[in-house]
Amino acid sequence: MTSALKSAARAGLPVPFLDIDKIIGDRETKIIICCGSGGVGKTTTSAAVALRAAEAGRKVVVLTIDPARRLAQSLGVGELANTPRPVSMIDTAAGGSLDAMMLDMKNTFDDVVLAHSTPEKAAAILQNQFYVALSSEFSGTQEYMAMEKLGQLHTEAEASGRWDLIVVDTPPARSALDFLDAPEHLSALLDGRFLRFLLHPTRGPLRLMGAGFSMISAAMTKILGAQIISDVQTFVRAFEALFGGFRQRATSTFELLSSRHSTFLVVATPQHDALREAEYFVDRLTEEGMPLSGMVINRVHTCALAISPERALSLAEDLADTSAVLEVEALRRHANLMRMIETETRMMERFAAARPTVAQTQVQSLPTDVTDLQALRRVGSLLADKD
Amino acid sequence: MTPRHTLHIVSGKGGTGKTTIAAGLACALATSGRRVLLCEVEGRNGISELFDVQPLTGRGERRISRTPAGGTVYGLAIDAQDALVEYLDTFYHLSVAGKALDRFGAVDFATSIAPGLRDVLLTGKVYEAVRRKIKNRPNAYDAVVLDAPPTGRIAQFLNVNLAVAGLAKVGPIRSQADSIMRLLRSATTALHFVTLLEDMPVTETEEAVAAVQPTRIRIGMVIENMATPSPLDNDQLQTAASGSVILKVPGLTIKQNQALASEFAIEAARTLQEQQRHDRLTALSLPLVQIPFDPGGIDEGAIFAIAEQLTDQIALEAA
Repeated sequence: MTSALKSAARAGLPVPFLDIDKIIGDRETKIIICCGSGGVGKTTTSAAVALRAAEAGRKVVVLTIDPARRLAQSLGVGELANTPRPVSMIDTAAGGSLDAMMLDMKNTFDDVVLAHSTPEKAAAILQNQFYVALSSEFSGTQEYMAMEKLGQLHTEAEASGRWDLIVVDTPPARSALDFLDAPEHLSALLDGRFLRFLLHPTRGPLRLMGAGFSMISAAMTKILGAQIISDVQTFVRAFEALFGGFRQRATSTFELLSSRHSTFLVVATPQHDALREAEYFVDRLTEEGMPLSGMVINRVHTCALAISPERALSLAEDLADTSAVLEVEALRRHANLMRMIETETRMMERFAAARPTVAQTQVQSLPTDVTDLQALRRVGSLLADKD
Repeated sequence: MTPRHTLHIVSGKGGTGKTTIAAGLACALATSGRRVLLCEVEGRNGISELFDVQPLTGRGERRISRTPAGGTVYGLAIDAQDALVEYLDTFYHLSVAGKALDRFGAVDFATSIAPGLRDVLLTGKVYEAVRRKIKNRPNAYDAVVLDAPPTGRIAQFLNVNLAVAGLAKVGPIRSQADSIMRLLRSATTALHFVTLLEDMPVTETEEAVAAVQPTRIRIGMVIENMATPSPLDNDQLQTAASGSVILKVPGLTIKQNQALASEFAIEAARTLQEQQRHDRLTALSLPLVQIPFDPGGIDEGAIFAIAEQLTDQIALEAA
């Protein structure tokens, strides 16, 4: 941190502004990743940024991973497929385009299997119980497949020139770490001693563990039952050839995310828990040396009427026994709004004091839901607007 | 009379205040002399943050609050890896093997990649805590409240016992999964959904209710959190929302009164929209409970206030 910023933070000066238009306008920005805790408007932010970029002349594809298919609603394109589809009705005057897609993790996984193994092996894998469960039930698979899909889109973008910007909406993570940790965790697991043991129980250093080995075998069989062990072995054996590829691609996607062509936007709302998660994200990204552009704070309440909550309530009290029911209710609601703004401001000030170098942009709370392109455009301009 | 619920599972879309409501429910259930356990499974330290106590991760069951009614709430952050080692020790006296497995990468494998196993371990720990009372074990709780995964994943989370049961046709993990499923389906378990009166959370609640149906787990109530109810009737709200109302608050200038009126128009429109969403939820034919928005933010005092409202609005099975 520079000394100028330090003193700015001490003096309570405005935090640096996150300039979305500058990020979009920089042709070297090829990937924008929106992360944050659940319910903070990640999907809306991703869609709004993607739309704004497309209407500014970028050739954009937006990848959403959310199972509620909300982006589909927001973009008015009905069901999104696992391959990008063009969004019509956008302004293409600047020469841009917008495609949208939604991650179908099972299909993505199947495609990987089909693309990287012989037809016979692929058939064996696709039918394996363990694979079926792993590819459709298991929640961590979403993160792995999101990375896989991002890698695919990037490769396709580089090769065909169909897109020059990928906007990614991250999965509703179990924990803030999942998305970042997915590739590394996958590599570690697939490279781990346990899988090697399952594949070749009689080879390697474990053979020498003697008592430990038989204890582990006994424990595994006891907990899981012999049938699961044999299912897993079949699966792992069929999958062996794929593992190297997974690891390699996960590593290169991770490198891509760390490069200067990528940038992260941390999305939050001005509530305690959302900002706490955001702080966590910011710290993790910084630790990992990931390129962080800044924070988007959604649903910030504003008010044009500068009357304190105390005064509003006292005015309401004076009118309590009169027929001015509308006035009383209007004043009561105003007091609530002002108190909420006070709480939000306190929360945001606390965050800014703790992380003074993180650039921010705020999006005011909108009276209606964001469900169409026009509303997304409005969110986009609020995002880009400094005030 | 319906039997007292001993396990309350609380789900809701992200951002709806699921953890806060789970905490409020735990406090409401902790009436005089009762012990209630509040569990979380997502490793987010949500409970300790909420009650402003040390993080619970890796520290077992800790007392986090004494309620004004004289009960005690304990908190537990369930970790899948710890649960696996504990499971091995309890059922097979294999604590040494557990440690060996951990070094070996098997615990990590089992809890992160083996399909469904992670969720069985998490729900398995909840199962154990609930069963203590039935089996007269020490440290038994009168009720257990689970701050469960969000609506998007809840059916999968609770149904994963079936997924494992299907995968493992025989063996101990299968019978463990079956027992957990029996508990989840029993009349003493209730699944609650927390929602905001906004379009997307309501849509997700509707979807989750449908998705949970095949699991045959009973749904308790839907909690409409952060609602902004109004004493005004529909006509008055319509008029206010139309922006045609002229407010005359004595002591305010004409300009201020106009600004107040246009602000009130937005607020009234929001309340009207909330009422439409409330009507959609009514169509689910489930008990609805409303918790008004607290503009001052959430602290322990606010949680006790929520507990009081929950107690008032539903006949919580207080002793």
